[in-house]
Amino acid sequence: MSATSILNVEGVSVTFAGRRILDDVSFEVRQGEFTGLIGSNGVGKTTLLRAILGLQRLVAGEIRVNGAPLTQRGRSLGYVPQKVLLDPDVPMRAWDFVALGLDAHRYGFSRRTKEQRDLVDQMLHDVDADRFANARVGSLSGGEQQRVLIAHALISQPTLLLLDEPLANLDPRSVQEIVALLHRVASEHQVAVLLSAHEMNALLPVMDRIVYLTNGRAASGTTEEVVRSEVLSALYGHHVDVLKLHGRVLVVAEPGQEDRDIPQHETFTVT
Amino acid sequence: MFSGFMVNAWLISTVVAIIAGVVGFFVVLRGSSFQAHAIPNGAFAGAAGANLIGVNPLIGLGVFSLGAALSIGRLSRRGRSDVVTALALVMMLALGAAFISQSTQYEPQIFSLLFGEILGVSTGQLLPVVILGLVCITAVAVLYRRLLLTSIAPEIAASQGLRPERIETAFLIVIACATTMTVPVVGALLIFTLMIGPPAAARCFSNRPEVALALSVVIALVTVWASLACSFSTNWPVGFFVGAFSATWFALGMAYAAWRRSRRSPRELGART
Amino acid sequence: MRLIFEPGFFSNAPVHTAFVIGAVSAIVSGIVGVVTVVRGQSFAGHALTDVATTGGAGASLWGISPLLGFIGAGVFGAGAMDLAGVQRARGRDLATGIVLGAATGLSALFLYLDTTRSASTGVTQQILFGSIFTLDPSMIPLVVVLSVVTLALISWIYRPLLLSSLSAELASARGVRVRGVGLLFMFALAISVGLSSIAIGSVLSTALLIGPAATSLRLTKNVRNALVLACVLGVVSTWLGVLFAYDSYYWNPSSRGLPVSFFIVAIIFLSYLVSGTPLIRRVIARRVDAGRSSARSARVTTSRAEEVV
Repeated sequence: MSATSILNVEGVSVTFAGRRILDDVSFEVRQGEFTGLIGSNGVGKTTLLRAILGLQRLVAGEIRVNGAPLTQRGRSLGYVPQKVLLDPDVPMRAWDFVALGLDAHRYGFSRRTKEQRDLVDQMLHDVDADRFANARVGSLSGGEQQRVLIAHALISQPTLLLLDEPLANLDPRSVQEIVALLHRVASEHQVAVLLSAHEMNALLPVMDRIVYLTNGRAASGTTEEVVRSEVLSALYGHHVDVLKLHGRVLVVAEPGQEDRDIPQHETFTVT
Repeated sequence: MFSGFMVNAWLISTVVAIIAGVVGFFVVLRGSSFQAHAIPNGAFAGAAGANLIGVNPLIGLGVFSLGAALSIGRLSRRGRSDVVTALALVMMLALGAAFISQSTQYEPQIFSLLFGEILGVSTGQLLPVVILGLVCITAVAVLYRRLLLTSIAPEIAASQGLRPERIETAFLIVIACATTMTVPVVGALLIFTLMIGPPAAARCFSNRPEVALALSVVIALVTVWASLACSFSTNWPVGFFVGAFSATWFALGMAYAAWRRSRRSPRELGART
Repeated sequence: MRLIFEPGFFSNAPVHTAFVIGAVSAIVSGIVGVVTVVRGQSFAGHALTDVATTGGAGASLWGISPLLGFIGAGVFGAGAMDLAGVQRARGRDLATGIVLGAATGLSALFLYLDTTRSASTGVTQQILFGSIFTLDPSMIPLVVVLSVVTLALISWIYRPLLLSSLSAELASARGVRVRGVGLLFMFALAISVGLSSIAIGSVLSTALLIGPAATSLRLTKNVRNALVLACVLGVVSTWLGVLFAYDSYYWNPSSRGLPVSFFIVAIIFLSYLVSGTPLIRRVIARRVDAGRSSARSARVTTSRAEEVV
């Protein structure tokens, strides 16, 4: 309607090893929006992201990118995996890695043009990676590597950036930095963001919409709409309370309830 | 050492070095040392078999290398353990030994196929070898960037629709081609060293892929030429010099890298978060 | 019977030697092999064969018995590897591979010098692929002594060895000297590789070390059973190999017969493949596990073995 739909997930179900991992999941990501895919570990976030990338077979449902089927998505999806394991001896600089984001799909061996090289320099600057642009990718710290991966994904100018648990292995300060970075870079380059995490609090300041995933089912909407006791209780299948405290959200299960599905940071038992 | 039949030897060894340097660069990048170790053993059996039935050894080398490459590729994709690959590798060697036992030139043949021979490639095979070399180089040049990304970050490559499995198969075929033409000169047991040593050293000297690739070729060339020259004057086997020089280059590379690391000031290291 | 056992087989002296040395090395390799696979040290076993090659070639060059060369180099290599902490890590693979390559190059030199200096033929074949029919019977006592020593060593450190394979921390907590036990095992491995090298050649000895062990660990979950089964498989493969090699001289009037090592490796390889078929697995696994009682310590390490095989 008002904003264009970049990603449309409708009634998606995925089965794996006899288990239904995703069950009738539907949500939408619109242009320029920052969406958080929240759920505890093992609940199916990575499966969902892989399905969107066309790497996972669907049992039911449909996924459309920019209104067209997945097979025609071209290069409109950028992907940042959680981590890339690299030898420190690998002869590739951060600069080279980001440049590959531009032309890894090209055949041949041609030298890059000045415009292309300037683009890489600019991209590295945008993610605050100038300092280590000439360092080997294998020698970067977790946070540094993250920025390089983001630059690599963004340089081909996708309409949607997908990130798989980028915050999982970072210390709290780096988490804040990366979230701020992502928000800034996404709005500068007019890219929508779909980012999975098992803890929503770090994202509350920047999230436009949330997709809350548990038991294979999802609820989507704005944080006000979704992060409410009624909605989440229906999702979990048992009663949960949602407490808002000092700008942070706590999802709390009743004592005696199986609370293994609730993200760790947010679990208390109330005595 | 530059007369008559040796011209061929210099020519072939130049091609061998270039191929080993280029293919080896990606072998090291992809961590495929085990495959580089195993596939030449298949080549050994193929050459021995071809000699036995009087067929051009290149054909035997090629067919068996390709078979070994593709089956090893399939086996490792299915996540099978190293055991079956190791046993298959040894089986190929035993098979080669069996083939050779049926010919009259038992001893010399084993030696030259396993440890290399300057004149391992005859004049008649010069053209096919050069063509095979060109095919290898062209394939790598065309797939260069895809090879880079799928080697380093296959997940990301898959998300971009680059199909890492297909690139893997293509690269295995390239290794098979490379093995076919390099084994007669350097030997089945030692070609692995030539494919690993120069690239492993090269990457210590440069942090840019294109430069490291070029260095890998240069180091391989120097190694092979020096080995050829030494082998010609001493009559000692080419493979011995290849092994020794590769190890030396590798040690030099590691020493240089260690020296570079110690030179970087602690403040510089600490400034980056 | 004539078809299987060609004339003169049982009265042939080299055959007797081959039988004894083959069986002894198969037994040691089988037992050490099972422990090697359970400890996940197959790569070290393979690395030692390259080192052994250099030793055997060098020994032959200097007129020493290849057996001593194989074992001497193997022990040296085992010590060096233990010192350097060689494990199957990605970066180490490269360094180890290059060192082994240099060792192989050295083998090439030794073999070349040996061939030209002594004008003896067949050295390369003897060292790399074995020549079990030309072994000196006077070697037998030494082989037997070495085997007994190795097996005694293994049985002495058996429990601490398996415990430390399962968990080094747990073992140290119980007072096991993990490093010491590990080093002793490497020496046993070196001797085992040396023995199988004289039987089927250093380049092929991996087969005798890993093959029967891997096959038996596929067929039974019980380590004690696996040890016995590996020995049986190894000895049977070796004896059948000797038999077929002997027979092969008679198959084709003008042929030279096929090498013993080829047959042994082929039988080992085929048995490994066959052991993977579902039918065989069920039949044998049931028989073997039903007949023997198992010790608790043996059970504990089976999950580790399953991972590797």
